[in-house]
Amino acid sequence: MTLTARLAPYLQAAPLALILGVFLLVPLLTILMVSFWDYDSIRIYPDFVTFNYEETLFSWVTWKTYLNTLKFAVIVWAITLFVGFWVAYFLAFHIRTTAMQLVLFLVCTVPFLTSNIIRMISWIPFLGRNGLLNSALVEAGIVAEPLEFLLFSEFAVVLAMVHLYTLFMVTPIFNTLMRIDRALIEAARDAGASGFQILTNVILPLAKPGIAIGSIFVVTLVMGDFITVRFMSGGQSASIGLMMANQMSLLQYPAAAANAVVLLAVVLIIVAGILRIVDIRKEL
Amino acid sequence: MLSEHRGPGFYILAAFFCLFVLFLYGPLSTIVILSFQGPDGGLTFPMNGTSLRWFANLFEQQAVGDFGGAFTRSLTLGVMVMLTTVVVSLLGGLAFRRRFAGSGALFYLAVASLVVPSILVSLGIGLLFQVTGFRPQWYTSAFGAHLTWTLPFGLLIMFAVFNRFSPAYEEAARDLGASAWQTFAHVVLPMITPPLVGVGLFGFSLSYDEFARTLMTSGSFNTLPLEIYGMTTNVTTPVLYALGTVTTGFSFLVILIALGAIVLVNRRRARAGAV
Repeated sequence: MTLTARLAPYLQAAPLALILGVFLLVPLLTILMVSFWDYDSIRIYPDFVTFNYEETLFSWVTWKTYLNTLKFAVIVWAITLFVGFWVAYFLAFHIRTTAMQLVLFLVCTVPFLTSNIIRMISWIPFLGRNGLLNSALVEAGIVAEPLEFLLFSEFAVVLAMVHLYTLFMVTPIFNTLMRIDRALIEAARDAGASGFQILTNVILPLAKPGIAIGSIFVVTLVMGDFITVRFMSGGQSASIGLMMANQMSLLQYPAAAANAVVLLAVVLIIVAGILRIVDIRKEL
Repeated sequence: MLSEHRGPGFYILAAFFCLFVLFLYGPLSTIVILSFQGPDGGLTFPMNGTSLRWFANLFEQQAVGDFGGAFTRSLTLGVMVMLTTVVVSLLGGLAFRRRFAGSGALFYLAVASLVVPSILVSLGIGLLFQVTGFRPQWYTSAFGAHLTWTLPFGLLIMFAVFNRFSPAYEEAARDLGASAWQTFAHVVLPMITPPLVGVGLFGFSLSYDEFARTLMTSGSFNTLPLEIYGMTTNVTTPVLYALGTVTTGFSFLVILIALGAIVLVNRRRARAGAV
């Protein structure tokens, strides 16, 4: 092999490594460094103090906020997994032509390529006090008064997150389902397996890597979310991301940084946990 | 399932799928309808007449702040991110076809880029610029922040492409005397154009709509999502929906252009193959 051929992969990988190094690795190290700094109401000071962590870890508010964020993560994960799996299953096993599969998959993907903020705003005319749903419910005589909990509530937060993040579950599961050898399913049926048995003994085990990747996406997106929580709860609910965003807007960067380090640790532990249960290397 | 006749399972899942699509598009269509609200109409139904007033309102400075400027910045940034994502992911994808020292570490770094919450990237880059004394700007810090989100996606798409790419074509080209560059430009590149268009579409759209990563990194000028978010707190007229309709319409247009380009490339290739 010539020298250029041996050098080629390094030159090709250099831009990627450079960008991720400068804009991901170094910023994360900066967060770690600043989390030990001191601050007042105007600026931050280089120092080595641990009270940012003490304030974060020994505060009842932080723990409650973490529990609340984890609650959102679990609920949204369960719903997106259920919805995502069946949507992917329908596309993979019930749609017979590749062209139709592609079209329907694109139909699911297009909203993902539009603005999250607009998609959140779009729930207002539907869920609001005078919104479509409340008008319909009142008119049908199901409720006497418009329901207040539909918009600006934890219900709205979960609904919006499911709306925004289900595609992250659909895509990887669809990808794994498409790779399942159809002969396996035929063989299971020939051997006398019922539809339910095929699902639980053949399809689900083979879909695990896709489910794991989707779960990693959804859980990390929910754990770091602040804009959905802020907007859809109308300030009535909390999440770690929102707590950080508030600290950032008060210029308490070291406190936000300590929070960020803790959040990153929690997210990485969850991801490592998922990867322990399911081996996704075959997928990549 | 794979049987000849559609069982009840098909109809239940088809209904479920339709509900899912309705769930995805329903709310979006209400704001499109409400953006044509009459001059005295409010943020919810009923429609109080119809008008184009709120669209006209978009272009008056005092009504919505600097919509034109924010749009131009988001558009420029989106194109910058798109071009960078296509080139860098393509190069990265090519690099990973061979083993090289550090490939494992780089791969994990790319995956970490997807897993690290957006707000951390935002905070980290914001702090890095502050500590080093650089001023954050949408075309420097926000540009980098967006790339940490678009590049891993682009790279994963390129992995999927090259996993299915047979080296036989390149070997054939080389046997016929093509140089490495000729092989790439005349054999590999034309074959992977459609997925590259897809990478470009992802790069543009993800950047154009990105909020969390821009929050701490955009500097003194807002991008469009930041501008829209600002509006949600102080604008209480349907002009908000008009803006939503226009930007979503623009996103759809971009998607259509990308899909059109892919179809065109495939057709041309089919024709060339037939000759």
